[in-house]
This record gives sequence, structure tokens and C-alpha cells, in this order.
Amino acid sequence: MTVLPPLSDRNLVSPAHLLKGRNAPARADHATLSEVFADSAADAGVTGFVMAQLHHANDSDKPVLWIQDRLSRREAGRPYLRGLGLRISILYVAVSKPIDALWAIEEGLGCSGLSAVVGEIWGDPQALDFTATKRIALRAEARNTPTWIMRRAATPNLSAARMRWRVSSLPSALEPDDQRSPGAPLWKAELFRARWDTPGEWVASYGAEGISLSHGVADPPAPVAITG
Amino acid sequence: MSVQDKLPVLAFPSRRTAPAPKDDRRAHPDDLARAMAALRSAFEDDAQEAEHQRDTPRHYTTEEAFSPIGTPRPTWRASLKKGGEVTDTKGQSNHIASGPATERDALARRIVSIYLPRFSMERWDRWATRQPDTPPPDLPVVLAVEGPHGPVVHATNRAAEAQGLAAGSRVVDIRALCPEVRVEFADIAGDRMALDKLMLWARRWCPWTAVDGTSGLVMDTTGSDHLWGGEAQMLREMEERLSLLGFSANLAAASTHGAAWALARFGGVRRVVPPAALKAEIAPLPTRAMRIDADTELVLKRLGLKTVADVAAVPRISLARRFSRAGIAQNPLMRLDQIMGRVAEPVNAPDDPPRFAVQSQLPEPVQDPTPHLPSLCEELCRGLAAEGYGARRITVTVYRTDGEVSTLTAATARASRDPGHLLRLFDDKLERIDPGFGFDLITLGASVIEDMQAVQTRLDGAVDDGAELARLVDRLTARLGARAIRAPALTDSHMPERAEVWPQALRQAPRAVIPRPHRPARLFDTPEEIRVLYAVPEGPPAQFIWRRQTHRVTRFAGPERIAPEWWRDKPGTRLRDYYRIEDQHGRRYWIYRDGVLGDGRGETPRWFVHGGFA
Repeated sequence: MTVLPPLSDRNLVSPAHLLKGRNAPARADHATLSEVFADSAADAGVTGFVMAQLHHANDSDKPVLWIQDRLSRREAGRPYLRGLGLRISILYVAVSKPIDALWAIEEGLGCSGLSAVVGEIWGDPQALDFTATKRIALRAEARNTPTWIMRRAATPNLSAARMRWRVSSLPSALEPDDQRSPGAPLWKAELFRARWDTPGEWVASYGAEGISLSHGVADPPAPVAITG
Repeated sequence: MSVQDKLPVLAFPSRRTAPAPKDDRRAHPDDLARAMAALRSAFEDDAQEAEHQRDTPRHYTTEEAFSPIGTPRPTWRASLKKGGEVTDTKGQSNHIASGPATERDALARRIVSIYLPRFSMERWDRWATRQPDTPPPDLPVVLAVEGPHGPVVHATNRAAEAQGLAAGSRVVDIRALCPEVRVEFADIAGDRMALDKLMLWARRWCPWTAVDGTSGLVMDTTGSDHLWGGEAQMLREMEERLSLLGFSANLAAASTHGAAWALARFGGVRRVVPPAALKAEIAPLPTRAMRIDADTELVLKRLGLKTVADVAAVPRISLARRFSRAGIAQNPLMRLDQIMGRVAEPVNAPDDPPRFAVQSQLPEPVQDPTPHLPSLCEELCRGLAAEGYGARRITVTVYRTDGEVSTLTAATARASRDPGHLLRLFDDKLERIDPGFGFDLITLGASVIEDMQAVQTRLDGAVDDGAELARLVDRLTARLGARAIRAPALTDSHMPERAEVWPQALRQAPRAVIPRPHRPARLFDTPEEIRVLYAVPEGPPAQFIWRRQTHRVTRFAGPERIAPEWWRDKPGTRLRDYYRIEDQHGRRYWIYRDGVLGDGRGETPRWFVHGGFA
């Protein structure tokens, strides 16, 4: 039996927090800049988490601007349209320098024909400082375009991102038909900084309408390890 | 300078209206008679003109027929010219008097026909040599098109011809003949566009060129051969230039389009046939050289007519009766008349595409082009808007005082004539232009243009998203380069890495993709090999090392067997068994085994990670 890792090491056990955090709605009405930190470069769970957040882009005729720097592409692969889980179109930009990635994000936020902007930046570049993130955040809010920056091999330094997440994969939910196969994906999502919300930790999964965040109290059934 | 140029033009009509009679002009009474006839025919009514034509059945309106420009001229202008010709040129009028005017005019033109026998294949070769895996020259390659019963060979390379593969046969048949042949699909539309471009490119030799069929050009070189040192020299120059582009060409020059066509395809190397020798040169060619279709050729063959001379020997009236209702491609008589110049066949040269360029001459050399660009952009866009065009590519050129020229180019995803937008494309690039010690002339040209209709997409006058998106693509391209901006889309392939194509966003707008279950959210460009620590006979390995970390497989699903595409992959490519796995940290990967043990295509199968699931 594998036991889930403890979900909350923070002492947020007051009933108000629990009630507020439970099934927190995706903030689709309030587009802003969010950052997601991955704990491992090869973990595609971050992509799934962001795509679940971008559920509004599903069936939209506006494309998603996807900006990737060279190292992110090499270490984490490129987005594979068939497996993103949404019916979206992508305008893909490959950059080699982080400053170009930030410039491309800002250019994208000057355009009304996009449903979202997703950037992937490797490490902690100098250019990605408070000023740069603040510019992007203000533009994203003015244009009402959700903007996500995926960070890998990065430390959460000073940033003006309105919501900052740390996401890693959890053992998936039980597949009802086949106990030995991986089921619906689950992620451990920790909101460690939020401007309008209370930080907290959730077990996140795909919901019918975007992301579904639930507390780890209703733990998913433990996965069965194969013997062999 | 330009004013001086115009002066003779202004003076010219007055001289023509009051011609000074010369002595020797009166020595030709035939000329006067012809002039009178021309004037009469110009001013009299249609009935009389019809009668005139009945009198001389082969008398086609000469000026109209032999103008290199395809649009027929109004008759009043033609007859005016006819009169002018008669009264002005003395040397030719001698010739007119000696024979019928139509005969002389018909064979006075010089037409060059260029036949590119391997156009499709050589275009493909040019593309293939730029690919990383260039096929060896001895590999038989054929280009196929879809036929009613499966693909049909459209073009072959020399290696394929040496194997006995010919165009027109079915692909399944040639596979049986030659199993190692590589079959690619022909790009018919691309060939046509390339031929159109080549046609404009060929205007370096003469102003009138036109596309002739699917793999040929025809040019009216009357009066331009002396610029290249004679016709033989010109043909050699053409062949050389075309071979530098990678195209093999057969050329011929003759007096008519039909004759040049026939000699280019069935005559010798670079034939130049003077009008006097036309009949003799054409006579031994097969009937196919008359540009008739295969059915008519078969008909002629059954009638025992195998060469052009045979057809020409048949009495005219018999041929006319036999083929009276046939179209031009089925009518050997009309084709023969075209070859001999009895029926006019002008080179229908399309107009040059309009060119848009503006310039500004500076009183003294400057080093910064920035202040001059806005006015140039506005002027250019005004010109584009007046003609209904938009620019796809614009180029700034500065002419430096030391004689150097430097240019800067920007491209757009959608035709645009918005000066502000075009100006922004040069924002970050202007420092790349090298002004040296200053330049005194700056030009802005639209090198690639497209038709652009002014459309209002929304009633409230707002800008539509497509245009906004195109502008975003332009700006990103201007800074990051066209190769960095991609619009991924799906293609017909079941191999995961080939199922997506990544065309440049300048060429194709992004398209929505329907997701598929059991496909990873991320895919590695090249699958990464893993080291299996603990293999089990069925299913994925229980433990493996990837990126120096040990992964223990806790759950898996699969295999999903994906076979290689035999029509594209090299022989010997192994099939893949894909597994969706989850490791002890809950991360989900897509791994595959390359081949199965004992499939006879290599050693023990290796394992690879190809992607990661959300």
C-alpha cells in the first residue's frame, strides 16, 4: 500500500480556511498572471494543471500563444496537441533567450485575438524580475487574458505574479475498469502566494468545468502497486 | 531628363499627319493601292469588310493577330497602324508588294519554345538536396499523382528511368518491377506556381513570355536576339541559365509557336530554324509534334499518316471535311496551319505584376533612416490602396554615398497596407542596416504583394481577431524570425511524431485540434533511451533508469502497438509497443519498446521514453 504524502504542512486548519478553500472555483472571470513551479523538469503534470485552468479556451476560435525557451523544450518536450485534452489551436513561439520570451508574452498581451498566453521559462534569468512580471500582470489584467508562466528548475524569487503555484503529480485516481492502469490524473497544487485569495494546498484534477480543487481529506483511493 | 524623353513622342504624330512625299514612294503603285484599300476597309461598314475577307480567305487581321499582347486591339487602331506602316516604312513596302501581307508577317516573328522535360522531378530534387537525409542519386524516385484507380506515376528521375519505370504507369505496378523505388507525391499546384515565377524570370531575355502547357515556356524574341549575340548564342545562354537553376531544358527557335514547340520537343539540340527552312525541318517530325491529342494521333496513325509531311501531303479539302467539327487540339489541319503561320497564334504574354516602390532623395547624406520611413510607408500604402493590393513583404534599401547598398526586409502573415503596422515591423531592425558614412537615397518597396479587398467584418466597425492575430505574427516574426513562429496542425499519419506538422505561422493560420485519449501532453523531439533494470517478459520493465534516476513502474496500461508506415519508412523499421506507465512519484510517462524480440529486424529491442502525461 502506498500512502499519499501529507498534503498540508502549514497550519491552516481553521474551519474558515477549510470552507473557503474547498472546491474553490476557477477564477475564470478574473484573468491575471499566474506562475506555476514544477518540482521536476520531466513532470508533465504542470502542463495538465495549466490546461485544466485554461478550460475557457476549449472550443474557442482564438488560439493560445505558447512560448517556450530552448532548454524547456529540450528538457520537458514540446506540447503535443492531441494530448492536451482541450480542443484548442496553438500559436507556438520558440525563443532562445528569456528576454525574448518576456517580450513575446508582452506582445501577445497587446493582441485581442488570443484566448490565453502560456510561457515556459527555464531557471532564474535576470530578466524575469519584479518589474517584468508586473508589466505582464498589468497587461494581462487590462486585456483580460489569462497568462501562465511555467517555471522549471527555478526558485520562487520576488515576482508580481498574482497567483503562484507549486504543482507536482500525484498517483492518479483509480481506473474503474482496470485496476492496474493509471487513471484520471491528480496533482498536488500548492498556492503559496495569492493576491486575492488565501494560500493553501489542494488535490487538483480535471473537473467538468475546468479545474477541480479538493482538499486531501477525501483522499483518493490508494493505488495498488503491481507485484513483480 | 524625363521632359526631354517626352519631346519626340509629342513631335511624332505631327510628322505622321503631314507626311513629306518622297520621290521613290511614288515608284510603287501597289503601295498606294494597298493604302487606299486599307483606308477603305477601315471606314466602310462591316458587310463590305466581310466581303473583303471572303475574297481573301486566309486574310486574318494581321496587326491584331500578331501583336504580342494578348488583348485584341480595336479595329480602328489596327487599320490606322496598317495605313501608317504602308506610308512610313519603305523597305518593308517593297516586300509587301512582292507577296501577300499575311504570309510575310506570319513568318517574320521569332518564337522560342522552352521545354522543361523534368520540371517536377528537378523541383523535387532541389527540395530533397536541402533535406538532412538527401537520397543518393542512384535511388529510383518517382512522383505520383492520384489517378482513378490509385496513384499513377507523374515524373521519374534518371535512376528510375534506367530501371524501366515510365510516367503514366501505376505505382503498384512499378513497385513490383522495382521494390526499392521511393514514391513521393507530386506537387502539381506548386509546379504551376513555380512555372509562373519562371515565366516572369524569363523576361530577362525578351518582354513577352508565357507559360506553355504544364512544363514549357514560350517567348516572343522578335528583335531581342541581337542583344545576346544572335539566336544561337541566346539559346545557349538560356540553357545555361536554366541549368544553373537546376532545370534541364530543350529549346528551339522558329517563326511560329507551333513550329518552335515541335522542334523543342522532337527536333535536335537548340534548333534555330529560319523561315525558309521551316517546311523542310518540320516535315520529318512525327504527328505528335503537331500538338494534337493522343486520340487524334491514333486516328492519323490508322489512316497511315505518321509524319507531318504525310499530313501536309493530304489535300486540304479532305482534311477540312474530316475534322470540320473538331476542336483545336483534335484538328491536325488547324495545327498544321499554325505551324506554317497560316493561322495566327500570338504569344499571350500576361502583364507584369504591378510593382510598388517609393523613394526619397536626400539633399545630403544622413545616417539614420528612422525619420524618413513614416512618410515612405504612408506613400507606399496610398499606392497599394489605390490599386487594391496589400504588401506581404517590404524592403527598405539605402544607397550609401560610397556606392554600397544595404537592405532590410520584413514579412507579414496577411496582406497589409496599414502604414503604422508596416512601420512597426522595422522597429527593432533599423539598427541592423549599415549606413556607413551616410546615404543619400532611401527606397521602400513592396516586393511581394497580394490582392487585398477592403472588408468590414463586423457591423460595429471593430477589428476582427484574424487581422489582429496576423499582426501579432508579423511583429513576432520581425523580431524572432519566421522559423521561430509556428502554427502546429495535424496531418494524416499515425506515427506520434509525424501526426503533427509545424508550418510557419506566416504561411498558415493556427487550427484547432480535436484531442485524443491516451496521448501524452508533452512529446520529446527525439525519444530518449532508457536503461532497463528489471525486465519482465510481458509488459513494460518494472524498473528503469532515465536521466540518471531510477523509476519504478507502479501501474501501466498497454501495449498500444503502432506499426511503421511502410509507405514512408525505410525497410527494416521496427514496430513500437507503447505503454502508459506511472512511476513511484506519480509521474506518468509514455514509453515504448522498439520492436519485438525475434522479429528479425535487429537485436534485443530497446526502450525509449517518448512523452509525459498530464
